[in-house]
Amino acid sequence: MKTVRLAMRMLVRDWRAGELTVLVAALVLAVASMGTVGFFAERVKTALTSQASLLLGADVMISSDRPLPGSFADEARARGLDALPVIRFNSMVHKPGSDAAPVLANVKAVPPGYPLRGEITLADAARPEGTRATGSPPRGEAWPDQRLAQRLGLVPGDRLTVGESTLVVGPAIQQEPEVATGLLSSGPRLLIHADDLAATNLLQPGNRATWRLLVAEPPGRRTLAGFVSQASADLKPGQRLESVRDVQPEVRQTLDRAEQFLGLAALVAVILSAVAVALTASRYLRRHLDTAAMLRCLGASEGRALALFVAQFVVLGLAASAVGVALALGGQALLVSLLASLTQAELPPPSVVPGAAAFATGVLLLFGFALPPLMALASVPPLRVLRRDLPRPKPSALVAYALGAGVIALLIGWQAQDVTTGAIMVGGVGGLIVVAAIAAWGLIVVLKRLPQRGITWRFGLANLRRRPLASSLQVGALALGLMALLLLTVVRGDLMTNWRASLPPDAPNHFVINVLPDQVDGVRQAMRDIGGPGTDLYPMVRGRLTAVNGAALDTRKYDNPRSRRLAEREFNLSFADELPSTNRVTSGTFWNKGAAADAGLSMEDGIAASLSLKLGDDLTFDIAGTPVSARITSLRKVDWDSFRPNFFTLFPPSALDGMPTSYIGAVRLPEGPASGAWVSALLEQYPNVLAIDVGDVIRQVQSIMDQVSRAVEFVFLFTLLGGLLVLQAAIAATQDERRFDAAILRTIGASSRQLSAAQIAEFLVLGALAGVLAAAFATATGWVLADRVFRIPYSATGWVWLWGVAGGALVVTLAGWIGTRDTARQPPLAVIRQLG
Amino acid sequence: MLRAAGLTKTVVSGDAPLTILDGVTFDIAPGDSVAIVGASGSGKTTLLGLLAGLDQPSEGEVWVDGQALSGLDEDARAAMRQRLLGFVFQSFQLLPALTALENVMLPLELAGADDATAKAREWLTRVGLAKRTTHYPKQLSGGEQQRVAIARAFAGDPKLLMADEPTGNLDGATGAEIAELMFRLNHEHGTTLVLVTHDTALASRCTRRLSLAAGRLVADEATH
Repeated sequence: MKTVRLAMRMLVRDWRAGELTVLVAALVLAVASMGTVGFFAERVKTALTSQASLLLGADVMISSDRPLPGSFADEARARGLDALPVIRFNSMVHKPGSDAAPVLANVKAVPPGYPLRGEITLADAARPEGTRATGSPPRGEAWPDQRLAQRLGLVPGDRLTVGESTLVVGPAIQQEPEVATGLLSSGPRLLIHADDLAATNLLQPGNRATWRLLVAEPPGRRTLAGFVSQASADLKPGQRLESVRDVQPEVRQTLDRAEQFLGLAALVAVILSAVAVALTASRYLRRHLDTAAMLRCLGASEGRALALFVAQFVVLGLAASAVGVALALGGQALLVSLLASLTQAELPPPSVVPGAAAFATGVLLLFGFALPPLMALASVPPLRVLRRDLPRPKPSALVAYALGAGVIALLIGWQAQDVTTGAIMVGGVGGLIVVAAIAAWGLIVVLKRLPQRGITWRFGLANLRRRPLASSLQVGALALGLMALLLLTVVRGDLMTNWRASLPPDAPNHFVINVLPDQVDGVRQAMRDIGGPGTDLYPMVRGRLTAVNGAALDTRKYDNPRSRRLAEREFNLSFADELPSTNRVTSGTFWNKGAAADAGLSMEDGIAASLSLKLGDDLTFDIAGTPVSARITSLRKVDWDSFRPNFFTLFPPSALDGMPTSYIGAVRLPEGPASGAWVSALLEQYPNVLAIDVGDVIRQVQSIMDQVSRAVEFVFLFTLLGGLLVLQAAIAATQDERRFDAAILRTIGASSRQLSAAQIAEFLVLGALAGVLAAAFATATGWVLADRVFRIPYSATGWVWLWGVAGGALVVTLAGWIGTRDTARQPPLAVIRQLG
Repeated sequence: MLRAAGLTKTVVSGDAPLTILDGVTFDIAPGDSVAIVGASGSGKTTLLGLLAGLDQPSEGEVWVDGQALSGLDEDARAAMRQRLLGFVFQSFQLLPALTALENVMLPLELAGADDATAKAREWLTRVGLAKRTTHYPKQLSGGEQQRVAIARAFAGDPKLLMADEPTGNLDGATGAEIAELMFRLNHEHGTTLVLVTHDTALASRCTRRLSLAAGRLVADEATH
């Protein structure tokens, strides 16, 4: 007990002396960054798991791109289960008599009783959480979601045109089940009564719709499992059964990946914090040698001395970790609000587990990196009281490294869940820091060779090269944080600008799809009237790939989920007499005009590679129940940037004769109201046609990107803070040297301005170096992304350099100034006597 | 050149005030060389610190070149030192991050001299270190470090040189060399010298000796 009391008194004294500030800040940062990401990921995942049935709107859902046979619903009802059919599709909707351009909406037609699980929440001006709807839309009524209501200026009682029918607008929906499917699709939605669907006349052949059967088990029945196994056995290709357990595998996978990425970004901050903890702990060791020696001299055993120091650190670790967890609670709330519209689902409150995990991180870090110096401290020989020149005790290097590496490995394994990913990520980050450090070292050497006039720069640079390893590592760590932020802000903006600039100025900005054969002439004429004579419509036939070389296609053989989805989806097949101008044959030969039906088919080379298909393979498609087989006779490269309709699979026209065909085209509409008027006029005449505004889609994608990158930026801010903490710890570790230097300079007549200038010069150079490296890495990454991934020309603006260098210099100088402003305040004689 | 009147320095140690210097008064004329001697703890180094404005007296006043130090703030005292004073310490006190040349350039650069490099090089040549200009302090022997410190002290062309046990950390032969160098340069430049030392041989080379005991000036005698 006495030990604890003494330990607390010593702790309070050290705290007042400011000896522990950086240590505590590092622990708080580590816990806060781990906790923020942990809490956030846990909340979203819990929402997906515990609310899956609510999100699904049912216990089990069967879905298909084609109408489902009635047998599934019959089977469910025969087992006493509730079953509801739901149809989703896209349609243009508009408010008759209004100037607002028609909007592409995702329409869901539902029968009474929808949803089977969860509820529809209606917007209510008086209650931000909304009110619960008592049913689903009655016949003749359409319920828009808030986005659609806002886009079209809809209020209850307005009229809304959907296809060939006009419905009355009901209340606006704040939240509805089945949203998780749209975690990344944020288009406007509309809910209508199933019986109103026929009158819209929108379900034409070729229209992409999804037919779903929602199934739920009423209380007391135990027949769901039997239904699931029966239905699973009955599933035909293209039909999927999703249960609460495997709801939205893509969403879950995306989320897992996001969690891993954010977690590892947070981990970088933790590792930097660990470096700061190690630096401060070793300074603590140096500064407490005399205290420890005196304690031992006065009769404290090594064990008691260790207990004294450990007790202080336990209290410190617990307090700092608690503060970190509190900050993490705020951080995750901020993250949730940054990603608000992506995680539309109601999130459960933060749970204890991630908080405890973050807390444990703090404690683990403290002991992994502070215990070896503490043990060394306790073993100081008491003779040091008499003989200051005795060699200092040093922590056993082996124990220190093993313990530190063990802690970091533990954290990585825990965060990355699989060791390879973790090792790659951390290895990559570590490699980047090392590369940056080597580059920084090179720059420091080069700077030394430049002619230097004046004490300010000479002295600042001398301080950097005096500790080349430490300086280089600091530059490396800071550069990493800065680079991440530059990539997410400036380079991302540059890429977007470059991509826009790479589009031809006359690129079509609207896609017109879902045009029926008898509408082709009229729609084509309307498009040519506004878009010029080159504008055209292309046929499209939907079919599912069922067999390759005579063997039924088993999509499970594709490991890559994207390949599996591509194979499961209906293909958009088209036919053409000659090779489209934006395509190029890479192998095989394309047929000539008027080719016979057996001239084979042509595939885009990318999808062929994804699906492991090659020239000469025999493919069978199921087109509206008719099998159509053909051999791959050519592979094509397609210029997708042309913004013209392109197809993965082309047939000669005769091969698809008589198949249900719809048409698709692209047109450039003039900017401004004329475009809205043209779309309105087109829909007036052809209500089933969809006109998709490319700009709208881009804006939607961009708004998602904006939100996601803000969230990632937020997490990388922790990394930058980690770098600054390492800087602070390094300053603290060299504080004695700095005070000594300042005293000497003072003695030979330097003014306080000259002293400050020299210190500021040091940090300006340090920050600018980090900025230069960050800008260089960010530019290089931007170039690689542009050239290899997006395949657009990349020209960086000067902003990345300006922000990098000026921002880096400013932030680091400020942090450095805060750390060193006290060095010149003590009387020179006292300092020289104490340290000289 | 240098005048001390009633200099007293008291520090609070525990509850009781501890008097380190007690009413020390003397005048030093330009060109004099003065040794301050006394036992360990007699207040020699404290006195030197007060004379140089590195610390402030509890009572009394110091005038350097006619200027009272009590009226000056820390920056003004620093400026005074830069203009008038040179220093040589027992443990050399070179800046470890700077080369020998850069250390000698410091006072010149602080004064804004244009030809700091050339002058510093010349001074290093005069103290016999022409070939060691790019070495860092830790690469130099003790005697060499003290030569750099002497070059640094004289480079600013001071009127007053203060030395605190300049040979204290050196072996006998090296110490004698350093003393020789210091007195020769002092003579050539007509600098006023104030020297704190234990070493009676060194003290006897000065023209005057001030003896301290327990913070009081107990003897003030000419040695020649």
